[in-house]
Amino acid sequence: MKNANSVNILAIETSCDETAAAIIQDGKRIISEVVATQIDSHKRFGGVVPEIASRHHVEQMTQVLEDTLQKASLSMKDIDAVAVTEGPGLVGALLVGVATAKALAFSHQLPLIGVHHIAGHIYANQLIESFQFPLLCLVVSGGHTELVLMREHGDYEVIGETRDDACGEAYDKVARVLGIPYPGGPHVDRLAKQGEDTLHFPRIYLEEESYDFSFSGLKSAVINTVHNAKQKGESLKKEDIACSFQESVVEVLVEKTYRASKDYQVKHVVVAGGVAANSRLREALGARFKDEDVNLSVPPLSLCTDNAAMIGAAAFNDYKKGAFSGLELNANPGLDLEQYGKR
Amino acid sequence: MILAMDTSTDVLTVSLHDGKEIIEEYSSKNKNKHSTRLMPAIDRIMKEAKVKPEQLTKIIVGIGPGSYTGIRIALSTAKTMAWTLNIPVVGVSSLKALCLSAIMSEGYVCSFLDARRGLVYAGLYDKEGKSVLPEMNIHIDQWIEKLAQYDEPITFISPDAAHFQSLIHERLGESANFGGPGHQLIRAGLLAEYGKDMAPTDPHLLVPNYLRMVEAEAKWLEAKRKSDNER
Ligand SMILES: [Zn+2]
Repeated sequence: MKNANSVNILAIETSCDETAAAIIQDGKRIISEVVATQIDSHKRFGGVVPEIASRHHVEQMTQVLEDTLQKASLSMKDIDAVAVTEGPGLVGALLVGVATAKALAFSHQLPLIGVHHIAGHIYANQLIESFQFPLLCLVVSGGHTELVLMREHGDYEVIGETRDDACGEAYDKVARVLGIPYPGGPHVDRLAKQGEDTLHFPRIYLEEESYDFSFSGLKSAVINTVHNAKQKGESLKKEDIACSFQESVVEVLVEKTYRASKDYQVKHVVVAGGVAANSRLREALGARFKDEDVNLSVPPLSLCTDNAAMIGAAAFNDYKKGAFSGLELNANPGLDLEQYGKR
Repeated sequence: MILAMDTSTDVLTVSLHDGKEIIEEYSSKNKNKHSTRLMPAIDRIMKEAKVKPEQLTKIIVGIGPGSYTGIRIALSTAKTMAWTLNIPVVGVSSLKALCLSAIMSEGYVCSFLDARRGLVYAGLYDKEGKSVLPEMNIHIDQWIEKLAQYDEPITFISPDAAHFQSLIHERLGESANFGGPGHQLIRAGLLAEYGKDMAPTDPHLLVPNYLRMVEAEAKWLEAKRKSDNER
């Protein structure tokens, strides 16, 4: 049974290779959460195959929803709104979630809320700790590397972003060069712990004032180093390559975040996205902000990867504003974060 | 009250059937807009008929073959509604749905869809709509060869008929007939009529009828088969 004054949002996320649903109370409390992962199915291809992801979503979606309600001992009568990731992401995968959410909202005549995937990642932090504004978020994932400034709930300004590869993408490419299986990021992190920064790859800061990122140069440096060593018949320790690469990535991420937090005098710094699970990044951010008068939150590992709880957390804000979507809601693989915040 | 829908081809089609007759039907050809238009179309015919979601008793859905994305839009919608409203759902092949506008004609009916690169998704049915040949994804030449062994006249039904009409006439001659333009489309009204007494499927277990493996998976299986043979 639900408590009369609270708001329960049933949220759905299918933007990539996880079929996920969750029930979130008042944007802050996870009542239940279910994720059906497809990692094993995509592993054999060395990456996510979009059509296969879509096929799994349509097969698993209703079962995931049923399990989510059952875990919460709730029925659709206890739900106040249905939220779904509208974009960005894989269009075919997003479409399954969107069609499902619309059918649910229509069947029970509930408000429908389309949510931006990155807003979701940012709001994963709200499940742990209330936001203090102005807030700065470092978004790091397989598809995104951004610094987002928030002056209030639902207001997003992208002050820096990657000019080429996303940070997670660079991890995956380096993993491939090192012959590490998909998904590469966590493996590189693990290897790096046993190595040392012997190669000291370049730290790419771009222009002095810029909060933008670039990882393609670093990626090329790693590939060239491995290639040259191979030609000369020298052997490099995989652990050292992983560690040297990771140190370069983390240093730039942490320094740019630190500088932006000073320039904008923020009260709260949060981290979001799959790469937020990286142990070295978490450690380095902790050290950098330790003596600062800024609150730093890093989500627990379970909330770094794609999940529906974060979508429910972000949707609560739209619910309060009454920013609902119509039944014509579509999947939008190129949805813009700043525009999403303005509607 | 029965709700039927299909979005596996360029035509979006929805209908309401009260168990005796079709009471609402809406079809629209507008490729790539199925995602934005399916739910509003359902909302519209239900409002017209003053039917509330909880008054629905059964859902019938075209499960493909056809556009992969299109199939999943109707299927996600139908599965979710059936599961959450706790009513039965029936999946009908979209080729079967397509043949329904011609099954009263003399001889057999072949419904097919262009699957590109010379391939078609095709099925062959008798007057009652029973399958004569299993539905398959096959090269048009091979499919015509299979059809050539029957003496019955065959009526061809397809939104893509124009691409193949002269080829089919050339090979099969007078025994090949083509449905008129208004009969070349899937109609949810006929889908409801056909599926209304069919046995339902557990909504969790209802899956698309793609008739084709994902290319990456087919390649992976082929490579695996080769390496297994070498061992
Ligand atoms: Zn994500």
